[in-house]
Amino acid sequence: MIESSPEILRIIEEARSDGWVLEPDAKRLFSLAGFSVPRFVFARTTGEALGFAREIGFPVVAKIVSPRILHKSDVGGVVVGIGNDGRLVEVFERFQGLDGFLGVLVEEMLPGGIELILGAKIDLQFGPMILLGMGGTGVEIYQDVTLRMAPLTEKEVPAMIEGLKARRLLEGYRGAEPVNQGKLMETILAFSTLVMELEGRIASIDINPLLCSAGRCMVADARIILGG
Amino acid sequence: MDLNPLFEPRTMAVFGVSSGNYRHPANEIFTKNLLRYPVKVYGINPHGGTLNGETIRRSISEIPEAIDLAVIAVRADFVPDVLSECIRAKVRSATIISGGFAETGRQDLQDRIIAIAREASFPFVGPNCLGIYVPSHVDTFFLPSERMVKPAIGNVSFVSQSGGILVDHLIKFAGEGVGLAKAVSIGNKALLGEPELLDYLAHDPATRVIVFYIEGFGRNEGRKFVLKAGQCGKPVIVLKSGKSPGGSRAVSSHTASLAGDYASFSAALSQYGIVEAANELELVSFCESLSIYQKPIEGRVGIVTVSGGHGAMASDACAARGIAVPALTDSVREGLRKVLSPSVREIASLANPIDLTGSGIDDDFVATAETLFAMEEIDCLLALLLPYIPGITADLGAKLSNVAARHSKPLIAYVPHVEKYAMLIEGFELNGAPVSPSIEGAVLMVEALRRNRP
Repeated sequence: MIESSPEILRIIEEARSDGWVLEPDAKRLFSLAGFSVPRFVFARTTGEALGFAREIGFPVVAKIVSPRILHKSDVGGVVVGIGNDGRLVEVFERFQGLDGFLGVLVEEMLPGGIELILGAKIDLQFGPMILLGMGGTGVEIYQDVTLRMAPLTEKEVPAMIEGLKARRLLEGYRGAEPVNQGKLMETILAFSTLVMELEGRIASIDINPLLCSAGRCMVADARIILGG
Repeated sequence: MDLNPLFEPRTMAVFGVSSGNYRHPANEIFTKNLLRYPVKVYGINPHGGTLNGETIRRSISEIPEAIDLAVIAVRADFVPDVLSECIRAKVRSATIISGGFAETGRQDLQDRIIAIAREASFPFVGPNCLGIYVPSHVDTFFLPSERMVKPAIGNVSFVSQSGGILVDHLIKFAGEGVGLAKAVSIGNKALLGEPELLDYLAHDPATRVIVFYIEGFGRNEGRKFVLKAGQCGKPVIVLKSGKSPGGSRAVSSHTASLAGDYASFSAALSQYGIVEAANELELVSFCESLSIYQKPIEGRVGIVTVSGGHGAMASDACAARGIAVPALTDSVREGLRKVLSPSVREIASLANPIDLTGSGIDDDFVATAETLFAMEEIDCLLALLLPYIPGITADLGAKLSNVAARHSKPLIAYVPHVEKYAMLIEGFELNGAPVSPSIEGAVLMVEALRRNRP
C-alpha cells in the first residue's frame, strides 16, 4: 500500500513537527490507502468554503483545523447541518478565533449509520494492536470495544465484531437496516494491513467515527498520532 | 543455547559459600544439594576453608571435573568476573542469585553480564532470583529445605518473575494436589525471559502445563511470547500483576486510552488461547484441571449433586462465566428415573442440575453419570459431593472416575477438603479426576478447559 503511494509517507513526514496528522491530511491518507472518505475541502478562506459547499450542495459539516486542537468537539470545533451561506460564514468566523486556526474542513453531511471506532495503537509489549468498538464522542464512557494483536486474519475479524456488547445494533436492531458486514470486514482488514506498514511511524490512530450503514463504511473522522 | 544443564545438572559449583557466615544463602544451596539431591556439588570461595566437612575450593580451576551448573551468589560487583571465569572453565550454565543489578539502578552491571554471556552463548537465569527447583533433581532456592513445602512430582512447570510468588504457589500446589515438574524464578530475566523458557518447556517431556507469573514484558517481548505460546501445543496459564495503569501518562487518542497496557496484555493472551488467571484461586484451579485434561471443551456441563443449594450455586457460577448447563429432554429424564434406586426415584429433581437428594446412594450417582456422559449435549460433568450424606461411600470417587474414563469426557468434583473426607477425595485424584475444595473452584476447572486452546 505504502510502496504504491509515496504520498502517504510524505503526509506523515510533513506532520512530524506537529506530532500528529491534521484531519484533512489524515482523510487524504485514508483515501490514498483505498478507504472511503466523505467529499471534503480544506478551506483557508470563506470563499473556498462557500465555493465547495455550493458545489456539493448544503447541508454541510464544518470542522476546525488546528495543530493545537486534537479533540475538536471539546472546543465546539465541529458543526453539523449547516444549511446556507450565512451560517457557514458565521461558523467559519467563529472558528477563526480558536487556538492555532489554520482553516476549516468543509465536508458533505453523511446519511445516518452506526458510529464505530476503529483504532490502532503500537503497544510497547505487544506491538501493533487493533481496536474495534462503538464509536462517537461517548466512546470512553461506553467502553464497548474489542482488541486484537495485528495483523488480523480473516477469521479473527468476525470474532471481534461478535465480541461487542452492542453487536445486535450492527445486525439490524428493531427494524433498522443491518450494517454491511462485508464492507466492515474489508475495512477492518485493510486497516490492519495499513497499520502493519505504518508500525514504525505511528503511536496510535483513531478512526472515530467509522460511519457504517447498509451501503458503506466511511472514515468520517480520523486522527493519526505519530511516534516511532 | 542449550538450557538442559540448568535443569538437569550432574555437577554443580556454588560460588560464594562461606565457612564463616553459616547463614549465607550460598551455604544453604550448597548444603541442601549436597545432602538431598543426586547432583555432585562443589563450594567455591577464594578464602577456602571447609563446609559440612567438604573442602571449599578457592577457584573453579581446582574442581576436578566439568561443571554443568554454576550457582552464583557473590556480591553483584564480582558477578561479571565470576561469569567470565565460568565461561573460561567451560561451565555449561549458571543461575545468578545475587541482587544489585537493574532492580537497584545498576543497569550497567546487568548489561555487562548480558554481553559476556551473549558472546559465549552461555545460558544463565537471573540475576536477582531464586533460580531453579526440579523435584528430586536440583534446588538452587536458598530456602532451608525443611521450611519449604514441596508439591508432589507432577507435570506443571512454573516460571515466575517473583521468587516469593513462586514459593507461595508451591505451597498451594502441595495443598491442592497439583504436581510440579519444574519451577524457575527468573528475577530480572536479563538473558533468559519468558519466551526462552517457554521454548524449553514446550519441548520438555516432563511438562504438560506451563504457568507464568508475569509483572511485565520488555519491548515486543509480549508479542514474541504469545506467538510462541499459541503454537506450543501445551496449555499455557498466566497470572499477571501490575494491572492498574501506572502514572499519569498523557493519553492523546481514544484508542491509546482504551487499549491500555493491561487491556492489550489481556487481549493478546486470549487471542492466542493462553489462559489468563485473574487471581490465585483461578491459577491453582486452572493448573489442577489442565494438568489432567488437555482436550478443550465447549463448556456444556451436566451437574449432579445431593443438595439443591449446591446445584443452584454451581449453575449461577456457570452462568456468570457463560458456561452452558443444558436442559434434559423428557425421554432422558424418564430413562434416568427408571434406573434410580426406588427411594430416590420419586423425590429426585431430574432437571440439570440433577439433585439426587440426601437419600442418594453411590449407584444413583453412577447411573446419573452414565446418562449425562452419554448425552451429545454435555461435554463435562460436575459432581458436587457431600460426604456426610449416609448413602455415599468412600468408593464413589473411583466409581465415577471410571465412568468418566469410559466416556472420555472430563469429570470434575467438589468435595469439602478436610482430613475426614480424604479417602473420598483420593478416590477421584488417584483415578485422574480433579477435586476442588469449593464450588467456585470446580466451575473454574471447567472454565480452564473451555478457555484452553492449545
